[in-house]
Amino acid sequence: MAHGRLLSLFLGASLFLGATASFVQAADTIKVGILHSLSGTMAISETALKETALMTIADINAHGGVLGKQLEPVVVDPASNWPLFAEKARQLLAQDKVAVVFGCWTSVSRKSVLPVFSELNGLLFYPVQYEGEELERNVFYTGAAPNQQAIPAVEYLMSEDGGAAKRFVLLGTDYVYPRTTNKILRAFLKSKGVADEDIMEEYTPFGHSDYQTIIAKIKKFAGAGKKTCVVSTINGDSNVPFYKELGNAGLKATDVPVVAFSVGEEELRGVDSKPLIGHLAAWNYFESLKNPENSKFIKMYKEWAKSRNLPGADSVVTNDPMEATFIGIHLWKQAVEKAKSADVDTVIAAMAGQQFNAPDGFTIQMDEKNHHLHKPVFIGEIRADGQFDVVWKTKGPIKAQPWSPFIAGNDQKKDEPDAK
Amino acid sequence: MRWIVAPKNARRAAVSALISILISALVVLVVLIHPSLAIQQSDILGLAADDSSEKIVAIGKLAETEPRLALRILPAMLAGELYRHENSLILIENGQARDAVSGQTTPLDISLLENVMVNNRLRKILASTIDGMRLLAEDRGERLKAAQNLAQSATAADLPFIDQAMARETDPAIRRQLQTAWGKAAIGSPDAATRLKAIAALRDEADPSSRQLLAALMEKDGATWRETDESARQAAREALSHVEGRLALGDNLARIFSGLSLASILLLAALGLAITYGVMGVINMAHGELLMIGAYAAFATQSFFRAYVPAYIDWYPLAALPAAFIAAAVVGMMLERLVIRHLYGRPLETLLATWGLSLILIQLARVIFGPQNVEVANPTWMSGGLTVLPNLLLPWNRLIIIVFALAVLFAMWAVLNLTRLGLFVRAVTQNRAMSACVGVATGKIDMLAFGLGSGVAGLGGVALSQITNVGPDMGQNYIVDSFMVVVLGGVGQLAGAVWAALGLGVATKFLEGWAGAVVAKIAILAIIIIVIQKRPQGLFALKGRATEN
Repeated sequence: MAHGRLLSLFLGASLFLGATASFVQAADTIKVGILHSLSGTMAISETALKETALMTIADINAHGGVLGKQLEPVVVDPASNWPLFAEKARQLLAQDKVAVVFGCWTSVSRKSVLPVFSELNGLLFYPVQYEGEELERNVFYTGAAPNQQAIPAVEYLMSEDGGAAKRFVLLGTDYVYPRTTNKILRAFLKSKGVADEDIMEEYTPFGHSDYQTIIAKIKKFAGAGKKTCVVSTINGDSNVPFYKELGNAGLKATDVPVVAFSVGEEELRGVDSKPLIGHLAAWNYFESLKNPENSKFIKMYKEWAKSRNLPGADSVVTNDPMEATFIGIHLWKQAVEKAKSADVDTVIAAMAGQQFNAPDGFTIQMDEKNHHLHKPVFIGEIRADGQFDVVWKTKGPIKAQPWSPFIAGNDQKKDEPDAK
Repeated sequence: MRWIVAPKNARRAAVSALISILISALVVLVVLIHPSLAIQQSDILGLAADDSSEKIVAIGKLAETEPRLALRILPAMLAGELYRHENSLILIENGQARDAVSGQTTPLDISLLENVMVNNRLRKILASTIDGMRLLAEDRGERLKAAQNLAQSATAADLPFIDQAMARETDPAIRRQLQTAWGKAAIGSPDAATRLKAIAALRDEADPSSRQLLAALMEKDGATWRETDESARQAAREALSHVEGRLALGDNLARIFSGLSLASILLLAALGLAITYGVMGVINMAHGELLMIGAYAAFATQSFFRAYVPAYIDWYPLAALPAAFIAAAVVGMMLERLVIRHLYGRPLETLLATWGLSLILIQLARVIFGPQNVEVANPTWMSGGLTVLPNLLLPWNRLIIIVFALAVLFAMWAVLNLTRLGLFVRAVTQNRAMSACVGVATGKIDMLAFGLGSGVAGLGGVALSQITNVGPDMGQNYIVDSFMVVVLGGVGQLAGAVWAALGLGVATKFLEGWAGAVVAKIAILAIIIIVIQKRPQGLFALKGRATEN
């Protein structure tokens, strides 16, 4: 017994030494990859995440770095091009030898980098709400799973305060996240007694910009006798023409509320939000939350934008995936400090149970097993100034269910990633 | 002891009773002078309760007991400008923070206070309560507006106001709106005769919400009908089919309009290409980037107006038109002089070179304006829409773009057919050698024609900036569409492009309505492939010797 433990200790130590050898040689910086689209249809959302990551890294460096080493960001641009995500990920891991990557927004980009991360044993922090149905050993998910965003949002719409909706339009961009989320929502709605004819599913291609037909269809569907609402999983810059059309077509939130899962303060910057007052978004963070951590976070980002002279620096906003990026980098830092190494395997082990005082006003925690955060859920209504009024929130953080119970067969799956 | 001093005490009691009577009289007096104190403070604070249902009760109570005060507080609450400070409510009136009840200004810094939260449910109730109270206003315009609003969205809760207003309203236009509003409010009445009357009131009002209310009556809860009365159900069925018939007209017109709108956008995107490719024969892959330059010119004009003449910000699109035309034309002429003219007659090299140019232009835009989309706002006169039928609303920006497309088309036709430049352009494209012989400076004409096509693309870019995203890659989304329009219409003339744009626009919209956006896109491309295979020269190709070679 004692012999076995000694052996495994020795083996572990030698593994550890082998893996960290490259860092020991690479002077005293730790390289950190940033993998966000800086051009193309997703740039509207992802550029701010790159800036947040750079800001957080600069802040950590200014406070002494990690394990006494400075962090060195390596920024690449996968240009909203999904296969390019995989290429750039390979470049970051194999060529730049980064210790960790913060990146991706769309699920299709995450799916395309997954094989690279498991092949090269990299570490990815994914900061955006997504559809679940995944649990990878090499990934930490700091955004929401469906039960931390989509399901509570729809429950709210069905409540008296949300308008007691009876019919649902599930509208999304045509790729894996909207399709899967809508599959989960359809099953959820069915379990609540909503009939199939009261659900309409519509998809548009990435970058779609003419929403006349869709809005006309929604109007017609809404005119059929029951309170109707729209659940939007439209991603990227299509949201701007969608909301413009919505405002011009006079579809008011009091008649047909639209709840969006990928629209936050950043996406609304390009839209006149006065006609959109009352439409909703569900997130785990809003800029309008009032607490000391959030004030610090907002102030830090505004100063960063000014010092970097970002476009429109005086009107920058913060949003949920930015907060998730901020949390992710800090949790990784804490885990590295706990593990006393940036080696992927030891950091993965050290991540379990890490806690952080987040800008959402709660001390949130990385789950012991399932690589997801316990997060609070907020539902906000759009205000005239493009910010959100929180109209509903959970009492505290709730645990993520990456395997939604509303998809058949998921009760068999275990709530932790497979070992290597 | 106590009995002995009693008389003294009694006297004192009498005095104090007198004083208290005086005080209470004073209070009554104050209350009479200041009517707003009559409502309990706690009732008003109910507006700031945590629970929406409590707020709704407080709104109803306030509207009932203190309509005047309610008309001051409720609109502020609806606008999100009502704040709670300890036990008083503060509202913003004319930019000043005032106590909601007394109306006195307050020195409190409202930026530190949380406003009273209103959600959609409250917003709906607030709006209809305010409209209900305004039905009794002095001003006719105010009453009409309130009646129109209620005619769209009245609920049973508004019935008392509507009944009151109907009893005293004499204006026929307002009465008509009230009739509809009454129908919507009374359709849930427990009395079958009232419901029958309400159904009759809704029968002639073909708007979507009447349809919704009537359809709701036709539903079944399990085995029993929602509408229990047989004759009312009959009437509802008849009214519903009447309303649906009228709504169908609006739906079809809306579909045709959206097809027209898409056609106008395709046409604007393709018109410039109809000259550079259609007339001059240059395969210009950088055409989309000329659109982008036009859109960025609109953005730059907007920024300029915002910074220097904010009072006229609404008119920036007009100033953007010449700016975009000139910017795109200058870039176009530079491309022609520096690159394209060396490649005339070599279509493959032109294709590659212009594609390279398009990448350069995209990167330039990225460097100058940043990789993210920029915000180009609709001016107020292009926001909102024109209501033609209750379910047919034509957005102003799309209407204006249709008119604009026609204007640009006319101007292009005029330039090509009525001016000397147009004459030269047509001459050079038909027979270059002969034109040169008779003294036309063909090189210069090439440059000017290319500049004209590019400038028109710039104009298209301004139009696009009003309805879609402005970013470095935006041209890429339109290059394929533009070539589709020009190739399908037939190379060499404008009329073909017009018909092709119309056909593609309307077909796309009908397919989208029927099969969804993704399938529509695939189907349209498939149709074009088939058409081009059958008619490689395009649908409306010119006939004659000039086009043969």
